[in-house]
Amino acid sequence: MAAAGVGGQPEGEAVITRGLTKRYGSRLALDGLDLQVGYGEVFGFLGPNGAGKTTFVKLLLGLGRPSAGTGQLLGRPLGDRSARSKVGYLPELFRYQGWLRAQEVLTLHCQLAGLPPAGFPDEVGRSLELVGLAGRGEDLVSTFSKGMQQRLGLAVALLGAPRLVVLDEPTSALDPVGRHDVRELIRRLRQEGVTVFLNSHLLSEVELVCDRVAVVDRGRVLAQGALTDLLSGEGPRVRCRDLPGDALPGLGALRRDGDWVSVPGLDRSRTPELVAAIVAAGGRVYQVDEGRASLEERFLQLLERA
Amino acid sequence: MSWRPLGVIAGLTARELLRRRLVHALLLLTALVLALTGWGFSRIPHLHLGGELLTPQLARLAAAQLLLLVMFMFSFVVGLTAAFLAAPAVAGELESGIALAVLARPISRAEFLVGRWLGLALPLLAYVVLSASVEFWLVAVGTGYAPPNPVGAEAALAGQGLVLLTLTLALSTRLSAMTSGVVAVVVFGAMWVAGVAGAFGSAFHNTAISAVGTVSHLLVPSDGLWRAAVYEIQPKLFASASLSRVGSPFSATSGATPAYLVFAAAWVLLVLAAAVLSLDRREV
Ligand SMILES: Nc1ncnc2c1ncn2[C@@H]1O[C@H](COP(=O)(O)OP(=O)(O)OP(=O)(O)O)[C@@H](O)[C@H]1O
Ligand SMILES: [Mg+2]
Repeated sequence: MAAAGVGGQPEGEAVITRGLTKRYGSRLALDGLDLQVGYGEVFGFLGPNGAGKTTFVKLLLGLGRPSAGTGQLLGRPLGDRSARSKVGYLPELFRYQGWLRAQEVLTLHCQLAGLPPAGFPDEVGRSLELVGLAGRGEDLVSTFSKGMQQRLGLAVALLGAPRLVVLDEPTSALDPVGRHDVRELIRRLRQEGVTVFLNSHLLSEVELVCDRVAVVDRGRVLAQGALTDLLSGEGPRVRCRDLPGDALPGLGALRRDGDWVSVPGLDRSRTPELVAAIVAAGGRVYQVDEGRASLEERFLQLLERA
Repeated sequence: MSWRPLGVIAGLTARELLRRRLVHALLLLTALVLALTGWGFSRIPHLHLGGELLTPQLARLAAAQLLLLVMFMFSFVVGLTAAFLAAPAVAGELESGIALAVLARPISRAEFLVGRWLGLALPLLAYVVLSASVEFWLVAVGTGYAPPNPVGAEAALAGQGLVLLTLTLALSTRLSAMTSGVVAVVVFGAMWVAGVAGAFGSAFHNTAISAVGTVSHLLVPSDGLWRAAVYEIQPKLFASASLSRVGSPFSATSGATPAYLVFAAAWVLLVLAAAVLSLDRREV
């Protein structure tokens, strides 16, 4: 799914960490994190407040040093400078020089990223356009609303065709339209083969755009994998009445939970068979649940279990 | 360390001084002070003493004394300006989170810090040289007094500014902007007091007290450089012991030795290196 991106993706993984650990004094912010993000993937990093999401991203970008463990970013050791030239980053705490104009902030980042100077104006104009700030480039950043500043941060992160875009809660200050725009942006990045690392606790957002996710809590990964795998698992169930017996022919023993019946171990793909068998046995069907848990349910389940 | 990011940060820093109108404010106020003192100096040759006009020699002597006082104030302004500029330059960016996006770029902490330093140091040097030169010129035109070594005096004053700038920048890699500014200013004042004490000790041949001065000059060479500047500003005859007022911060019995100047330069570089190390080890 992932590696089939445009233009051929390099070998290996965009992000790998092994036993990544971060201590702040006696507090363990990251507890031996093993994570893997393939090139071209849109990866969602989920966790409750204080789980260690921001800490993880900072270690990836060399803004902090791991207490233990290792990792690679775009095939280079963590904190490596050449890797950082191909990464766009929107920090959770997005603040830009208030005394500069928006386009000057973008030009500054073009310079810092080492892009060819001839392309600065185009690059700045393009990124302002992408985040819906076209026409506001001349304004001082200090006159921007919070959401506009976050949009500017997104524009900064998108400058210069990065290989990897790291977004730490990119929609925390955005209105519903802005959130929608960010989803569209992420989809567009995926089409271009750009790897996206998305920190979020907005589960619906992650559900809508991510290929793979990891759920973290207290610095540990509780689960990681393709979103579809993570969300399946329970099997289909049917709310019905007047169904006699405790087994269905050809399917197996029934489990009842009030009006809900299910067949333990039955795959989701056999939902229609289950419904047909219930109807054939005389049951009256009111509701069918395919068994795909919402991300929120899964998330809460995982956290409870931990 | 590579030049491009260093230059980008230095340019950004200097641009901030302009955009925040700091340069305008400083130049405007300095121009006012220069105009006032220039006028004052030009009046000295017209002063009367016991019904008679001051002799040119006496006028020049009075001008020299007054110039030392003015330059003393100026050295304070330079020191405080350096501390105020440097205190938020790193700590402020870290506290506000502006540094996050910048340091995630392919730039090393050393380039960031040295860029900051250059972007503040060069404007500060320009300011010192410009305003001191104008003041010296005004005094020469108004009174005929010219310091024996104006360039040396400017270099020493600029050096004192760099000492404060570098010290504050190093502090601000760990302390908040407010705290590093205050600590640097207190150190500046303490070194000056210790220097006065040391001069006192030397005048009275008290080795213990004079050691205080020596140690302070080695700990932080701000007062040491101020005294070097004094020596280059004052008339040569001030340096002779009989005329040198006991322990005065406005006179010096000797200039800075080349060894001390080398030491002061090494001190600045060392503290700058320590600041880089300190920033390198810190979380953003
Ligand atoms: N600089 C720091 N000093 C001390 N503790 C820290 C520091 N930064 C983070 N922590 C601690 O590390 C843990 C993880 O914090 P982190 O900011 O990574 O959480 P997060 O998952 O990003 O949370 P949120 O969803 O609220 O953004 C928290 O317990 C936090 O208190
Ligand atoms: Mg966070």
